[in-house]
Amino acid sequence: MKVVVTGISTILGRLVANRLLELGHTVYGIDLRPWRDAPRNIEIIKSDIRKKPAEELFRTKQPDAVIHMASIAQTGQKYEERYRINLESTRILFQYCDNYGVNQAVFVGRHTVYGADPDYSLYRTELDPPLGGLTFPELNDLITADLYASSALWRYPNVNTSILRLVYTLGPSRRGTLGNFLKGPTVPTVLGFEPLFQFMHEKDAVEAITTALEKNLHGIYNVAGPQPVPLSALIEKTGRVELPIPERWYPKALGRFGLPKLFAGSVNHIKYSVVIDDKVFRDVTGFMHKHDEIDTMQSFRYGQ
Amino acid sequence: MIVISIIKQLYNRALVGLYDDVQEADELLEKSDIPFNDLGTDPFGISRNHIKYSYPIAKMIYRHYFKVKTYGIQNVPAEGRAMLVGNHSGGLPVDGTMVAISMVLDHDPPRYAIGMVDKFAGRMPVTSAILARMGQVTGLREQAEKLLNEERLLMIFPEGTRGVGKLYKDRYNLVEFTSGFMRLALRTNTPIIPFAFIGGEEAIKTVYRSKKLGKMFGAPYFPFTPYGLPLPMPVSCQIRYGEPMYFEGDENSPDFESKVLEVKNKVADLIDIGLKDREKEANS
Repeated sequence: MKVVVTGISTILGRLVANRLLELGHTVYGIDLRPWRDAPRNIEIIKSDIRKKPAEELFRTKQPDAVIHMASIAQTGQKYEERYRINLESTRILFQYCDNYGVNQAVFVGRHTVYGADPDYSLYRTELDPPLGGLTFPELNDLITADLYASSALWRYPNVNTSILRLVYTLGPSRRGTLGNFLKGPTVPTVLGFEPLFQFMHEKDAVEAITTALEKNLHGIYNVAGPQPVPLSALIEKTGRVELPIPERWYPKALGRFGLPKLFAGSVNHIKYSVVIDDKVFRDVTGFMHKHDEIDTMQSFRYGQ
Repeated sequence: MIVISIIKQLYNRALVGLYDDVQEADELLEKSDIPFNDLGTDPFGISRNHIKYSYPIAKMIYRHYFKVKTYGIQNVPAEGRAMLVGNHSGGLPVDGTMVAISMVLDHDPPRYAIGMVDKFAGRMPVTSAILARMGQVTGLREQAEKLLNEERLLMIFPEGTRGVGKLYKDRYNLVEFTSGFMRLALRTNTPIIPFAFIGGEEAIKTVYRSKKLGKMFGAPYFPFTPYGLPLPMPVSCQIRYGEPMYFEGDENSPDFESKVLEVKNKVADLIDIGLKDREKEANS
């Protein structure tokens, strides 16, 4: 199968691309960022998805499938840029899929779209609305992209679409949203609150994404790994030190004193749990995670 | 010197007692129905250590402060999904804690009754974290359904905060039962074990409740007792578990409300039996 991976230069993108090669697929990549030591048999187009070189790739190579992983949630990026990458690219990518006969699209989203609040139950299902934007406005572009991709289920009937809402990934790369939060030796928590954090090993995430492709999934699926763990346990097992900060001072402390920089709206995600139910995905695909929670945390801690 | 020696001996005994209790808690939890992982947490965030280390004081309160007696505890199934449904009382939810402890201490095999707490508790710093680790989850239908589908034991007080906020003059008069528990029972095919908690109303005699003060603590009200603060008095308590009640049908059936009433009446009957027994015991 000829597969286009957008955001191929991200850690997860690289791992997915390598796995696709192992599975015997032909891989093309689109990313503005370089992947210097990429395997020679992967053709990477350095382009914005909206620009001509990206469209040319679809026109000339006629790929069978797309794995869309080009999304960002970094504080350093301007809102306009996040909007362009997260939403506009998603919209245009589905148009390419429809125009150039791509049979299958896998949109890799995040479980945080559901939002964190004590009024939301643990183990949210695909039927629950993505309410993350209510308390975390900086997530709105990601949520809108997720919903746009979901609309492709009826908007583009010729493109078999699956939307994967993945929990945080953690692993030896020490990258990603949770990896950045745990990057420093001291991890800031909100005093008096201890949510459950749900994450999966990078390799399991790769396996889940490629499984979705191989099984030709259609629909929205929550994807998770082992059971969630309390934040204090996560901090301890990754060899970090917890720094509880009163909620009033929390946003002001972020990005200072060596603490990670987070969006102001992310406080609720440090106070309350976002835990999803991945039963449907497991039932449909037979997916089983290989790395348990301890293994995953150790892997992050020791970079192995 | 003698005084110091006595203090040392008492201190050592207390330490040994604490150690024994923690060990006992560990053994009970090992036999219980909570699937702890190697970190000592279950998929809902219940923490083995939180339960284990609070066990000595919980046991002391249960056995020696409230001197709780249980009746009919064998009516609670040894395994599988079930719902404990009972009366709320006493200004502070002492009843929930005692019922949960009774299931660990007096039920064979030990089971862990997961409580459904009001939403406001989830927003309270420290309290929310402790409640979550102790297996008290926010009372949401989806959450309850998930727990029952995983064959857990739930503890539900259908009177809600109105029940726990009852004044002493209204003691043991049940207020209206919300019907959510019955919907849950029908949807998940779960047996209901009615229970009555006797003693909570006397432990904290709420004579006045202040909504304004409650708001300051993030709670619906703050209870006042004749002696001011809502400190629980050492009153003998009893928990009476009734026989399991099985219901069929759906929430749209015309007899739905009568099913809710049936459970409420059963709880009221158990309260009556408990109060009469207590009176008899007091007279004798």
